[in-house]
Amino acid sequence: MMNLLWLIPILPLAGFLILALHGEHLSRRLVAWVGCGSVGMSACITALVGVEFFHGLPDRASYQQTMWNWIDTSEMTVGLSWHLDALSFLMVAVITGIGFLIHLYSTEYLSDDDGYARFFAYMNLFVSAMLTLVLADNLLLLYLGWEGVGLCSYLLIGFWYHKPEYGTAAQKAFIVTRIGDTAFAVGLFIIFTQLKTLSIQQVQTLAVEAWPVGSNIAMIVAVLLLIGAVGKSAQLPLQVWLPDAMAGPTPVSALIHAATMVTAGVYLIARMHDLFALAPLVQGIVAVVGLLTLLLAASSALVQHDIKRVLAYSTMSQIGYMFLALGVGAWSAALFHFLTHSCFKALLFLAAGSVIHSLHHEQDIFRMGGLRRQLPWTFWTFLIGAAAMSGVPLITAGFYSKDWILWSVWSSPLSQQWMWVGALLGAFLTGLYSFRLIFRVFFGEVRTAAHGEPGLAMRVPLVVLAGLSLSVGFLEIPHTLGGLSLFGPYLSQVLPTMEVRPGMDDSSEAFEQIAVTCSALLGIGLAAFFFLPRVSVVDRLVGTAVGRFFVPFWQGGWGFDRLYERAFIQPWFALTRDAGEFLDRGYGVLVTGAEFCHVRLSRTQTGHIRWYAATIAVGTLMLLGLFAL
Amino acid sequence: METLFYIAAAVTLLATLRVITHVHAVHALLYLVVALIALSLIFYLLGAEFAAALEIIIYGGAIMVLFIFVVMLLGPLAVEQERTWLTPGAWVGPSILALVLLGEVGYLIVAGDLPAISIQEPRQKAVSIALFGPYIIGVELASMLLLPGLIGAYHLGRRLSSEAR
Amino acid sequence: MLSTPALLLATMLFGLGLIGLLSRRNILYMLLSLEIMLNAAALAFIAGGARWGQVDGEIMFLFILTLAAAEVSVALGIVLQLSYRFRTLDADAFSEMRG
Repeated sequence: MMNLLWLIPILPLAGFLILALHGEHLSRRLVAWVGCGSVGMSACITALVGVEFFHGLPDRASYQQTMWNWIDTSEMTVGLSWHLDALSFLMVAVITGIGFLIHLYSTEYLSDDDGYARFFAYMNLFVSAMLTLVLADNLLLLYLGWEGVGLCSYLLIGFWYHKPEYGTAAQKAFIVTRIGDTAFAVGLFIIFTQLKTLSIQQVQTLAVEAWPVGSNIAMIVAVLLLIGAVGKSAQLPLQVWLPDAMAGPTPVSALIHAATMVTAGVYLIARMHDLFALAPLVQGIVAVVGLLTLLLAASSALVQHDIKRVLAYSTMSQIGYMFLALGVGAWSAALFHFLTHSCFKALLFLAAGSVIHSLHHEQDIFRMGGLRRQLPWTFWTFLIGAAAMSGVPLITAGFYSKDWILWSVWSSPLSQQWMWVGALLGAFLTGLYSFRLIFRVFFGEVRTAAHGEPGLAMRVPLVVLAGLSLSVGFLEIPHTLGGLSLFGPYLSQVLPTMEVRPGMDDSSEAFEQIAVTCSALLGIGLAAFFFLPRVSVVDRLVGTAVGRFFVPFWQGGWGFDRLYERAFIQPWFALTRDAGEFLDRGYGVLVTGAEFCHVRLSRTQTGHIRWYAATIAVGTLMLLGLFAL
Repeated sequence: METLFYIAAAVTLLATLRVITHVHAVHALLYLVVALIALSLIFYLLGAEFAAALEIIIYGGAIMVLFIFVVMLLGPLAVEQERTWLTPGAWVGPSILALVLLGEVGYLIVAGDLPAISIQEPRQKAVSIALFGPYIIGVELASMLLLPGLIGAYHLGRRLSSEAR
Repeated sequence: MLSTPALLLATMLFGLGLIGLLSRRNILYMLLSLEIMLNAAALAFIAGGARWGQVDGEIMFLFILTLAAAEVSVALGIVLQLSYRFRTLDADAFSEMRG
């Protein structure tokens, strides 16, 4: 069964090829079958591979499969080879499983769109690229998937390209992530020149042997990889593309946020964890970046009007949690949060899509309200998703993963106390903005009438994801609450377990958990206090001087867009406009010079073959004379 | 042996001179054939027997036949020369030069084992080994050159025949 | 040693070929001159090979032979085309590609 591994990324690719080449001639039903079926079959094969993987786990922690050599020179061998271990299997399972549910959902969501086949072609390519990324055995293949993901995000964000602002959003996503990609590529170059290999396993072992802890070269490489990860995962300071990426259809957002794209950065850092362990300073930066992003995004999410923008900022915030966990060395906790986050974020986006679908593409939450009765399915699933995201204790998955992260931040020897305080504040804000959304959209008076619940193809993924959002947390229950640890030991094959700082015992863990629970519940309660009453308390708050300053500031994502506009875009355009004249004159000289030479030279083109022969002979003679001298 | 070389060289030079000065294409071709045969004798004297054989077979044979075919095909342009082709002037010169070469070859056969030109060991074996060893890329390139040659000749010739109809 | 006079002969043949190439206007003669020049080059290679007792000279001769065969087949095709189109073999008449 293991040798079917290569089919997992290839099947969606085949789906893409079929749909891209013949999609226009296929019926919608067939397109849906191909688009959904390819990812579904990938998921089935993942399950088959998984069965054998778990049976064979004690014997070997990883499985390698080489299809053929992609590049083979004397100094460099890059194979098209797949590497399956606990980490990549987790990623593959999430990508194919959740990817399939999102595809299923899209069959109905986009059922009356003109670009039906095009949509599924891009989606399949997206899934294929992401699978290539996580299954890659070497960094170059990983980079191929990395770029493929970037390309597909561009294509899908700009899916409705006839609206110019959507095209701009797509370009923004592409260009901003490109900054990270460039840094990542430079990092790869340095790794290759230093270590003469690109295989992930070899790079890690060689780096540990060759570079001492804290050495400059390790720091440089780690920083470059971090910039790459930051660009893909939309962390500070390259986070500006993600809110605008909401221009794409809602299933695309779900796919980008839950299963693919933004988690690539988390995966990269977890994959290269040995390298980051060599650069403690950079690992500290990872934690700080994560913390800052999670606070920035959470505060921005509080004041957004667009339902999808709220979710976009919430994704940034949750990825910030993952980065924070990676930064303090809690690798497994970060991956656990990735797992739960994929479930509840896909659920939230799909439920939001269902709301938008029912309201005829209305996205402003201030024009929604009272949808609880009209859309009960959507309401309950959305509620579960929001509860999981804010970490409602005991019953939701988000609680267990977030609690693990916060406990790691609290107890890790690599972290500081203020990080924990910041993360706690983030948990509070998460509860606040999640339930702001719930209360705005599903409670209060009805502002826009919904036209009925979505159909089966949209409802099934919602229910399945809601079930997952409640249940996957039970894979890892802290021992203060009974203690069931399946996820940590599973990942300990590939990722080191975190050491706990001395002096941390059960009582401090219990205290820490109570603090987390309280902050999340406080956020939810405050949301109920602010947004549930008919005369909103929050309107008065916004009206004060402090509110008038902070609300626009937060709405603009802390003004980063304007900052970049001022700092980079405008100077660049100014440069091209003014310096353009000068440069053009330089090119003008070139043109005249070329024309002048051309006139002279074209005279020598007599068209007489004997003249050409004579010039060749003379030229040869002159060269010979030159050598003779 | 040096005498043989100089005679052959003289024949080559004379024949070549006639090639570039002659006005009739077929005559020039005849002289060129003679020059090639004399050259192959020189190759033989230099110890390259196989090259000498190839020079006669491929150059003097195949390539020159191609030329003659073309001269034939050029018919209308060469028709006024048709009558002058078979005059003694056309064949006397080449014949004399060819006779000189014949004499040389006869002398070589009669004189027998002159040390420098006797076939010492299968030199061709070394050539073949080198050809398909270090020079294998050259062989590949030559095959790549011949294929376009084939296609080009086919294409150019085909267009002519279809348009001529 | 015969290689020095052989090289001398090759030079002279090459010169004769070049003279023919440059002085004759008939394209057929230009091709013949080209053949002479190729032969001169081949002779130079053979002479070099004989001088050093190496087989490389003969190998280069084989390559030149291949080159000549390919060249002649294409060139004669072109000559036929030209004569068909222009009704002449005058090389100077085919100067439509002047710059």
